[in-house]
Amino acid sequence: MIKDFELFTPKTLDEALTLLDKYKDECKVIAGGQTLILLMREGLITPKYVLNIKRIPELSHIKSGKNGVRIGAATTHRAIEKSPVMKKALKVLAEMEKRLSYIETRNWGTIGGNLCNADPAGDPAPALMALKASVKMASVSGERTMALEDFFLGAHKTALKPNEILTEIQIPSVPPRTGVAYDKFNIIEGTVATAGVAVSMTLKSGDGVCDDVRIALGGLARTPMLAKKAEKVLRGKKITDSLLKQAGQKASAEAKPISDISASAEYRRELVKVMVARTGSEAFARAKKA
Amino acid sequence: MKEILKIKVNGQSHELLVKPKTLLLEVLRDHLGLTGTKRACDSGACGACTVILDGMAVKSCSILALQADGSEVMTIEGLATGNELHPLQKAFLDHGAVQCGFCTPGMLMSSKAMLDENPKANKQQIKEGIDGHICRCTGYNSLVRAITDVVKGEYKEVK
Repeated sequence: MIKDFELFTPKTLDEALTLLDKYKDECKVIAGGQTLILLMREGLITPKYVLNIKRIPELSHIKSGKNGVRIGAATTHRAIEKSPVMKKALKVLAEMEKRLSYIETRNWGTIGGNLCNADPAGDPAPALMALKASVKMASVSGERTMALEDFFLGAHKTALKPNEILTEIQIPSVPPRTGVAYDKFNIIEGTVATAGVAVSMTLKSGDGVCDDVRIALGGLARTPMLAKKAEKVLRGKKITDSLLKQAGQKASAEAKPISDISASAEYRRELVKVMVARTGSEAFARAKKA
Repeated sequence: MKEILKIKVNGQSHELLVKPKTLLLEVLRDHLGLTGTKRACDSGACGACTVILDGMAVKSCSILALQADGSEVMTIEGLATGNELHPLQKAFLDHGAVQCGFCTPGMLMSSKAMLDENPKANKQQIKEGIDGHICRCTGYNSLVRAITDVVKGEYKEVK
């Protein structure tokens, strides 16, 4: 049973920020609420005030410009999945969304809500981190931007201050000869990832040498994380299957998985070895064609 | 603390006083008496509560009613045209895609939204279109067969 609360439905972001600044911790921001309503029903969150930002027009957009792509925080998963902007290297975002929960949830749930929930195993975070995405936050005192990997402070903890709203996800232009892939392992399709791996690889021209790489892991630590030691294995090297395997082993060593209902920590450590090699191989193949 | 909700359901406009915590599902079932939409898992996992909101299939157990203010909703009660069943309903009947029937309203609403968006859905797309639904009788194959026949044009819509 959900506890009573007062609902605010502001029409503009400014109005929303003023309200949030007034009530801060007593107020919970709702976008699609596909997780929040569940938590409120379980009594795990009992806000006095709820701030509905679902239909604030300035928070729902997908804009493509010369500096990259900007996605409003209240953009639905399904809008991203179906957006014509998600082509070439960004196709990975459409592929990732397609495997996130179910159509009904993607139709109403938002990308910003997903990131603010900071589920360690959420799908968008690794894919966006591989793409070097950053997040823009706003409060009455102004805006700030940070790299997505710095946004996550712990399981279900973010860098958002009590008076801040996540407003936009910014993805910089993807360099040429870059391939990006995301894969997740889950026993039942549509459920949360037991482990998720995203790899973005940029090649030097012609010779199959890795110029730059990002390897992002989901469900393998208290927060989504970059496997920086595994990246080092690949950077500057000619990509081969055995090198990708080595990267997988490094990623497995630096991951900090936990045991839960889906899998043991040991199982996840094995999983990540295979997944980094496999996803890396896919990113490599895409980079060669890009 | 109640607020006014303006909502159009199956073509009919309503103005209701609801508490902010009221779910869309509760408005449909408890306020409007449209009990075709089912309450089951209450956690967005089973699909039984699916309705079409502004053209999209959504889980009405996971949406605050006031977030749907100004929207247009179609429930299972709005699917048939008078006494004439919707092609999907006819196909479900012919294929025995209804067993205990509890998941059926949700399945039908998602199937309708899917075919409205993609009338030529193939078998894989049909499976993806209903994969957010659990049928406790496990009648999935007959559901896919029924929807496939509608795609093939074997059931005509009455205008």
